[in-house]
Amino acid sequence: MHLIVAPVLVPAVLAALMLLRPARLTRLGQRLSILAMLAQLAIAVALIVLSADGEVRVYELGSWPAPYGIVLVLDRLAALMLLLASVLGLAVLAHAVLTRHDQQGWHFHPLFQFQMLGLNGAFLTGDLFNLFVFFEVLLIASYGLLLHGQGAARLQAGVQYVVVNLVGSTIFLVAIGVLYGTTGTLNFADMALRVSTAPPEEQALIRAGAQILIAVFALKAALLPLHLWLPRAYASTSAPVAALFAILTKVGVYSIIRVTTLVFGEEAGAAAWAPAGWLLPAALLSVLVGFVGLLAARELRLGAAFGVIGSTGTLMVAASVFTPETTAAALFYLPHSTLAAALLFLVADLVLRRRGERQDRLEPGPSMPGAGLLAVLFLLSAIALAGLPPLSGFVGKLLILASVADNPAAWWIWGTILVTTFLAILALARAGSVLFWTRDDAPPHRERVRAAVHAPRLAAPALMLVAALGALTVFAGPATAYTRAAADQLHSRTAYITAVLPDSGVRR
Amino acid sequence: MTVELLVASAIGVMTAAGVYLCLRGSTFSVVLGLAMLSYAINAFLFSMGRLVVDRPPIYDPSAPGFTDPLPQALVLTAIVIAFGMTALVVVLALRSYLESGTDDVNGAGAEPPPADGDAPDDPAEPPCT
Repeated sequence: MHLIVAPVLVPAVLAALMLLRPARLTRLGQRLSILAMLAQLAIAVALIVLSADGEVRVYELGSWPAPYGIVLVLDRLAALMLLLASVLGLAVLAHAVLTRHDQQGWHFHPLFQFQMLGLNGAFLTGDLFNLFVFFEVLLIASYGLLLHGQGAARLQAGVQYVVVNLVGSTIFLVAIGVLYGTTGTLNFADMALRVSTAPPEEQALIRAGAQILIAVFALKAALLPLHLWLPRAYASTSAPVAALFAILTKVGVYSIIRVTTLVFGEEAGAAAWAPAGWLLPAALLSVLVGFVGLLAARELRLGAAFGVIGSTGTLMVAASVFTPETTAAALFYLPHSTLAAALLFLVADLVLRRRGERQDRLEPGPSMPGAGLLAVLFLLSAIALAGLPPLSGFVGKLLILASVADNPAAWWIWGTILVTTFLAILALARAGSVLFWTRDDAPPHRERVRAAVHAPRLAAPALMLVAALGALTVFAGPATAYTRAAADQLHSRTAYITAVLPDSGVRR
Repeated sequence: MTVELLVASAIGVMTAAGVYLCLRGSTFSVVLGLAMLSYAINAFLFSMGRLVVDRPPIYDPSAPGFTDPLPQALVLTAIVIAFGMTALVVVLALRSYLESGTDDVNGAGAEPPPADGDAPDDPAEPPCT
């Protein structure tokens, strides 16, 4: 079953090929990159179909059996994340090619494919150190993409982003060291078994290692108070890159869900649900800060960056309760919040291109050509980000609210999510009315209208994301059934452990 | 006992120095701090395989014991990544200094940055056909 390794191999091989091509063959690079994304999309769909039967499939790299070799593991959650990454990647890549953002520097397409390689690998791997390596791959590619096109503001934000993530990687290594030192393994399934049978004197150290590890993932997910790196980095990079980065925070959320349910679950002794105590308050605060930031932002892209913090926080609220119902709700809201945030970044880019020197600042500007289509797109992205009907964000928020009804903190969660939804509506309505309904044709501004900037086909990738959100809404029934099954699979970890370690003696 | 104490306190002192330097305002001290932190963590990872003297890293029936080779392989990977990343940060900090005229991480004391490089009126952008 070599299909499981394909999401890692395809971008790796094609990125290397693209580096070899002569620089003047730009068309060839674009075609190869789009081909790579289409192939990844097809593979992801095939893997979703494959994983739908509920079996956990294991791919042993080099046929070395676990726990000695490194394994890739495909279950429903991994397949879902792969599909999300490839849909988002395809839309963002199309936007970058259509707006010619990929021509503003060297090696955009190889960096993009290495980013996909890191993402796909992080979703598939079943080994803690391998997860670290894939994190590094996606981070290194993201440094390159963040700085693509350059400019002083971008460089400065880039330095901060790189430094913060390097410190994060260092702390990741500390967590790996502590967990390896106490359990003697790096394989997730093996570690889960050894954590539950660890002697009492090791348990305090394991608990400390778990907290450090989850703190690193919280940094990647931009949970309060570890969110400060995100707004400036996302607002100062180019819109397609920021749209792709909408999934980077979700890698943190994915890792928290995966590691906590598998390794630090019910049977982990002193480390059982170790991070649950502080994750929920941190998530609630991130929701609040994210949407207040959206309200306070004076630029559309900065607002979208705070929207990423807010919607990832909403997602973390559900993901940090750790019951099958809440995890299922979180897994439904996860693709929605990723696509919605990416859509807002793409729309912000389309707006920015039509406003000359005013860029995406929320102030009255000259009349925009083709504002009708753009206003509709902005309305749809605002509906999606705020979580209003008829798009899938409403279903996702409803699922989250319903799933936490039994939680002692239910009133806090309901209050925070409902109030912040109102804040988001307020902020986006104000932004939309300033951008599309007020006009200021007075100087100083110079308008250099070019047909290329206003071609309606530039909106095609954004429309593709709208279509994906629409599909998630129309097929909400099958989608919730799938996420529910994925959550059940996560919370009954024996299937995962027996698949990876058939001789471990754990009964299904 | 002495070896453990020495290694542990060396890691502790280096981590403390690294954290202090990382919290400074100028990019140069931050880079030094990152290098210091990564040294500390490499020594930490290495000692997670337990400190033993005069033991082979592979299983040998004639030897009285063996030392865990895996942390050494992990340290090697971590060293390579940290080395590459430090080089990248140095180049980035240098470019940032040359473009903004300040060594400050937050850009304090810089002239107002010029317009975004991704501005739509970039003359280098070829017209679409």
